[in-house]
Amino acid sequence: MATQMIGASIKRVEDPRFITGKGLYTDDIQLPGMTYAVFVRSPHAHAKINSLNISAAKAMPGVTAIYTGEDMKKAGIGGPICGWSLPGLKLPAHPPMAVDRVRYVGEPIAVVLASDPYTAQDAAEAVEVDYDPLPAVADPKQAHGGPTIHDEAPDNIAFDWSIGDQAKTDAAFASAHKTVRLDLVNNRLIPNALEPRAAIARVEPTGDITLWLTSQNPHIHRLLMAAFMLNIPEQKFRVIAPDVGGGFGSKIFVYAEEVVMVWAAMQSKRPVKWTSTRRESYIADAHGRDHVTEAEMAFDADGHITGLRVKTWAGMGAYLSTFATAVPTYLYGTLLSGQYPIPAIYCNTLGVFTNTVMVDAYRGAGRPEATYVVERLVDLGAYELGLDPAEIRRRNLIPPDQFPFQTQVALQYDSGNYAATLDKALEKLGYGDLRAEQEAARQQGRYIGIGFSTAIEACGLAPSAVVGSLGAGAGQWESALVRVHPTGKISVQTGSHSHGQGHETTFAQIVADGLGVPLEDVLIQHGDTAQSPFGYGTYGSRSAAVGGSAIAVSVKKLQDKIKRIAAHLLEAAPEDIDYAEGKATVRGAPERFKTFGEVALQAYLAHNYPTDIEPGLEATTFFDPTNFTFPYCVHIAVVEVDGGTGQVEVKRYIAVDDVGNIINPMIVAGQIHGGVAQGIGQALYESAVYDENGQLVTGSMMDYAVPKARYIPMIETDQTITPAPQNPLGVKGVGEIGAIASPAAIANAVVDALKHLGVTHIDMPITVQKVYAAIHADA
Amino acid sequence: MTTVNITVNGQQYSHEVEPRLLLVHYLRDVLGMTGTHVGCDTSQCGACTVHIDGVAVKSCTVLAVQADGSRITTIEGLATDGQLHPLQEGFWEKHGLQCGFCTPGMIMSAADLLKRNPNPSEEEIRLGLEGNICRCTGYHNIVRAVQYAAEKMKVNA
Repeated sequence: MATQMIGASIKRVEDPRFITGKGLYTDDIQLPGMTYAVFVRSPHAHAKINSLNISAAKAMPGVTAIYTGEDMKKAGIGGPICGWSLPGLKLPAHPPMAVDRVRYVGEPIAVVLASDPYTAQDAAEAVEVDYDPLPAVADPKQAHGGPTIHDEAPDNIAFDWSIGDQAKTDAAFASAHKTVRLDLVNNRLIPNALEPRAAIARVEPTGDITLWLTSQNPHIHRLLMAAFMLNIPEQKFRVIAPDVGGGFGSKIFVYAEEVVMVWAAMQSKRPVKWTSTRRESYIADAHGRDHVTEAEMAFDADGHITGLRVKTWAGMGAYLSTFATAVPTYLYGTLLSGQYPIPAIYCNTLGVFTNTVMVDAYRGAGRPEATYVVERLVDLGAYELGLDPAEIRRRNLIPPDQFPFQTQVALQYDSGNYAATLDKALEKLGYGDLRAEQEAARQQGRYIGIGFSTAIEACGLAPSAVVGSLGAGAGQWESALVRVHPTGKISVQTGSHSHGQGHETTFAQIVADGLGVPLEDVLIQHGDTAQSPFGYGTYGSRSAAVGGSAIAVSVKKLQDKIKRIAAHLLEAAPEDIDYAEGKATVRGAPERFKTFGEVALQAYLAHNYPTDIEPGLEATTFFDPTNFTFPYCVHIAVVEVDGGTGQVEVKRYIAVDDVGNIINPMIVAGQIHGGVAQGIGQALYESAVYDENGQLVTGSMMDYAVPKARYIPMIETDQTITPAPQNPLGVKGVGEIGAIASPAAIANAVVDALKHLGVTHIDMPITVQKVYAAIHADA
Repeated sequence: MTTVNITVNGQQYSHEVEPRLLLVHYLRDVLGMTGTHVGCDTSQCGACTVHIDGVAVKSCTVLAVQADGSRITTIEGLATDGQLHPLQEGFWEKHGLQCGFCTPGMIMSAADLLKRNPNPSEEEIRLGLEGNICRCTGYHNIVRAVQYAAEKMKVNA
């Protein structure tokens, strides 16, 4: 019996190159004749450009070219576009480099190319720009009606979007036993993938263009750049995303710098390379979150949630990034039912232009914001009603016999047993003992808090018809080409992309199991538009559920073909052939079989072959899911707050997740660890702070607190498993759930620790200053 | 331009360099040893960590000319005779990496830590890796990987 691969913690196939320094990231690539690009960027959040003088810079030895926004405008090159439309959406033009006005600190104005990067930096600093500063605004709520950023949107409103039933919700509040209200901020975050963005463009001798790029979705980059910005024939444009050092959303989008690199290579006739510095990435990579929200929840006398009303100002930045409009709408408002059958929900989101870099999807994208609203309100309701936070959740959870469950905000949840997950988490925690311990500690003046987050997400993006009807300018299926070679070795082209998720291992596990071959015979390839069929890439926890399912369907097609070839060779009927563990066997006659290798060879020789099927052994699948998947979890944080200093220490973190079937438990746990750590970062440490002039105050890694090892505890993971019914693997997706659930768990724990002092809310990041102030509010 | 003589992973190199050239750029761009990464510009992330004369140093904070005459070990030189260093093995065994970008610096820092403290507690490991940032793993499995290596090195000692 061969070892079952799916479900096993196989060590990662990709690791040997990374642990020996042999990974190949974009910046590692050197090309003959390459020049290096440095951008001249706006130091102002909002200003008129009076003049631009490049003559001194251009005269510097080693400088090969300087291009400005005006040059690109004259050439008719378009800038980044927004790929998700909403009713009434204002879509101001987004030039690849600014021409006469800048709208955020960091907006590119010109690019300098030189024979080495140090010279390019010197020359960029020698470019003279004369500005007239204009009034700027960075806060989304203040931007509503603040200084106008685009003439198309005088009040800075990019869109005004609603979901749910307003009248029914108002009625629920009118008849409520109890209502609670929170004004909260979902703090703006900087993704901080450890590899800064980079791009290398080269015009090949054939005139074709190759772009090496830090991308989570090279086909999307190629499509958008070829069709909408550069007007390059798609077949003559190759985008390669080699090893990519983390993304968390920030490498989904088409950025101005990438368009400029391709155009600069075409103009200068030399390969060009741009590698972002970290400080540059802070002002030029899309940020995440940035919500200001007023939210209310209504309850009946038994603590059942009867209504939820939410109004959110969502910062968009100065222009609309690739998926920016989807994040605070369809990835946010639709998740406001949480794990609860809330009978009346209404959400209104205003997307607001601000004088900041763009805001777009960052790990979780809309769903952490929704979870935070719901879970904070549930806790506040428990407090007001005198209920235990675990008990109020138990009373409200959707019961297991209600699936599929239709929410009031468009989604139909697939499967789950939410109460079982809660039970498991409480048991793992030792809840009863811990409440006693909390009380005892309080007597001694120590503040222990226990915080819950019963979170759900919609991922496995996505059914194409559904997202199309909601405004997406793209489908969301995924491709897989599984190719068996004559020797029985296998290569797989997937349209999804790994930038840390371990596809080379988990996807190989799927194929090895399905075809009954050793894992090392399977090679997973991704990230090159010249190799793989069109694919939508990796984000929204979609790789396993959509990309993995495409592979599983291709494997099934190959099994069917193998049976037909083997039936011919064995002179049996195809329906009498069983295929298992790499052997096609005549049912009831175990001595009559052909091995996988024999069939593979015959598929290519075709000397003794069925006349009614084509030679060769490969299968391509474009898998379009019928629904989103809905991973869910119960996360519980235990914190201790130092009353003297305001310091919060996370003592324990329990994460019981239901992500459906699990392909590789080790990798799944790793995804949870990382997601939780980013959520703890949001809850306690991280915040992108702009001052009143639109300057990014947290502009470097010295100023923005990415958590270090000693700020994150060991994460106690466990799971329940309810298979996803809508895909062949039964997987739900795991990349984002940790980051979605954890901010609310931590915030609830801190408030729980301090509730005896009358503290009901502290905005994230919950820094020592804020905690200290909350504790000493009366002093 | 200034001449530097630097031994990297046992091999001696001599180059004319600009006095302002950072050691990390010397390693990556002049020698083509791209295992050492650049993740920030303020010496926070530690992706560029190498050993200079046996001590972990952030190579983005050192000029190539300052390293003149020194012996440097990078991630490419950590395995000996084709045998992975126990830390490399530990990171693989314990899933101590995801995207792999912080990994070379993380391993080089951890190697220095284990040299100074062969039997570190979990807290000592976390404090010892204060100068290295990982955005993927939440550090959970990095701590496990270092514990694995410490155990393995004890057995081998």
